[in-house]
Amino acid sequence: MTDALLQISALEKRYPTKWGGPVLALCGIDLTLRRGDFLALRGPSGCGKTTLLHCVGALLRPDGGKVLIDGIDPYALGSSARSAFRAAKVGFVFQNFHLVPYLSVLDNVMLCALAGGPRSHLETQARDLLEKFRLSHRLRHRPSELSVGEQQRVALVRAVAGGAKLILADEPTGNLDAENGGILLDQLAAFAADGGAVLMVTHDPAASDRAGHRRNMQDGRLTAATNDSDAN
Amino acid sequence: MTLRKLVTLELAYRKLNFLLAVAAIAAAAATFLLTGALLKSNDLGTEAMVTAKVEETGREMDRLEDEMRKSMKGLGFNIYVFPEGQDLGEVHDQGYASKTMPEEYVDRLANSKVVTINHLLPALTRKLLWPESKRTIILIGIRGEVPLAHRNPMEPLIDPVKRGSIVLGSELHQSLGFKEGDKLSLMGREFTVSKCHPERGSKDDITAWINLAEVQEMLDQRGLINQIQALECNCTTVDRLAEIRKDLLAILPGVEIIEVGSQALARAEARMQAGVTAARQLASIKAHRTQLRAKLESLAELVLPLVALMGVAAVGVLTLLNVRERTPEIGLFLAIGVQSRTLLAAFLLKAVATGLAGVLLGVPAAALVLTALRGTLFHNHGISQLVTPSQVAAIVILLPVFAAMAAWLPSFWASRREPAEILRHD
Ligand SMILES: Nc1ncnc2c1ncn2[C@@H]1O[C@H](COP(=O)(O)OP(=O)(O)OP(=O)(O)O)[C@@H](O)[C@H]1O
Ligand SMILES: [Mg+2]
Repeated sequence: MTDALLQISALEKRYPTKWGGPVLALCGIDLTLRRGDFLALRGPSGCGKTTLLHCVGALLRPDGGKVLIDGIDPYALGSSARSAFRAAKVGFVFQNFHLVPYLSVLDNVMLCALAGGPRSHLETQARDLLEKFRLSHRLRHRPSELSVGEQQRVALVRAVAGGAKLILADEPTGNLDAENGGILLDQLAAFAADGGAVLMVTHDPAASDRAGHRRNMQDGRLTAATNDSDAN
Repeated sequence: MTLRKLVTLELAYRKLNFLLAVAAIAAAAATFLLTGALLKSNDLGTEAMVTAKVEETGREMDRLEDEMRKSMKGLGFNIYVFPEGQDLGEVHDQGYASKTMPEEYVDRLANSKVVTINHLLPALTRKLLWPESKRTIILIGIRGEVPLAHRNPMEPLIDPVKRGSIVLGSELHQSLGFKEGDKLSLMGREFTVSKCHPERGSKDDITAWINLAEVQEMLDQRGLINQIQALECNCTTVDRLAEIRKDLLAILPGVEIIEVGSQALARAEARMQAGVTAARQLASIKAHRTQLRAKLESLAELVLPLVALMGVAAVGVLTLLNVRERTPEIGLFLAIGVQSRTLLAAFLLKAVATGLAGVLLGVPAAALVLTALRGTLFHNHGISQLVTPSQVAAIVILLPVFAAMAAWLPSFWASRREPAEILRHD
């Protein structure tokens, strides 16, 4: 599987709790994403979706199983190298955008420079990307001066500006209206079509319909999608 | 995007937090400088007071010295001339010289042109047993004042005792029951008591004075005396004894000359005393000022650590509030791959910038206070006298370092947070 961008096998995650036994958040997840895949993950609250994204995104060490991104196991790396790995390989999009309030749109996009990403041509690249996402008239604006739809698009540009090929999106349309949600989903789809891969957690049926593949999650396990066209 | 830009923009964004921290550092900087200035001003005050006292004492001593010169010249002083080869130790011991010299010496002095001498009194003194009364007495033969040839006429200082007369000290006339006009016999000679001295509390009380020529005859020492008293001598220089010795020895080679107590000597004594008193006052001033400084120092020892602690605590707490407020931001930074050490560097850079801004505000603030309270608190000393460049340099360097140290703990904690833990709560 040469074009497999993400391979997860038998992934397990337990949270220890102070009262009572540990919470089993992930139990035996197997999943593969290839370049071009856009997978929507649905499931009830507390079923482990965010936990899965964090484990996949090299933010949260699993208790069992394996994660390979571009053939590399990030948890085999030291914490500093893992940070650098995240910067290079993974882009996050959050429900709450997480834009830095005191930085302009352009500076928010160029934050990857702080993570040790490439600095040369970064600004040109960032401008090009913002242009592509139809945000070039907003370069100098602060996040608070943007519409929520624009804010989430800036967050998406930031996620891809560092050169990441894998996007992990947690409820990216959760705070958007249908129109802005539609625009963002189009852009995620375009990113996948361009050779990236997107793993998107969502409650929104419309959003999951836009994805090429859908899986359901229940109690830390993947189940067949309701509207099945499995990516695996 | 650089760290500096990030820090600068964040500072501008969260102004209140920044300004509070800057104010805390500025207060610490100003307190440090002002406390130092207060101590320095006290030291300068002490120095000035001591210098003034030393100068005043010097002037006073000069004045006394000057006065002493004048008084020595005006008052005159008394000397004794003893025979050549006379042991002065013996004179001090028994009260008179056992050696003798020619009576003619006094005439030689009187006829010379020694201007330093005013009154000349020759005498022949002996301690002997008064055979008739079985009493030890001091017998002094006196001739009265010898008139100075070059200075006539001169008032005689002491009444000469006539031949056949005797003057008695109080102990003698009281215990033997003599009074003026009584007749008595001394070594086989008859004398009429011409005068009875009241009690003087000295050797004079057991002394009998008779005519010099008669004593010479009675002791078989004709033409001899054993002392010449020169009263109220005058000299132009301070080293008057040397001056008068020079004059006298030129006329009477080999004689022994000593000075006896005079008012001038007492004045010299007083001058010495003035010096001692001044030294005591100076020591008291110094002691008082040292005490004052110790008080200021202990105040500074209390205030400085307190202010430093408050500054550090303020920066620490404000940093903690800041990084807590920035929790989502920190989660994002870590998630997108910013290294923990980069984040830590950003927080510490902010603390150092805060420290520098605080110093930049605190130093002029201290200067303002120094100028405003110059007359009241700082004894009119200027800033350049009270604050050294090295002190300013020290706080410019140290306060940003302290600020970074104060910010370290919350910054370190924030930079080590788990991004998954932060982002989960979205
Ligand atoms: N740090 C933690 N300590 C203990 N339990 C945790 C911790 N983080 C998550 N959990 C538990 O793990 C399970 C999965 O949580 P997760 O956040 O992945 O769910 P989710 O599917 O993303 O839910 P939602 O749709 O509400 O966001 C939940 O039962 C949650 O309570
Ligand atoms: Mg979730």
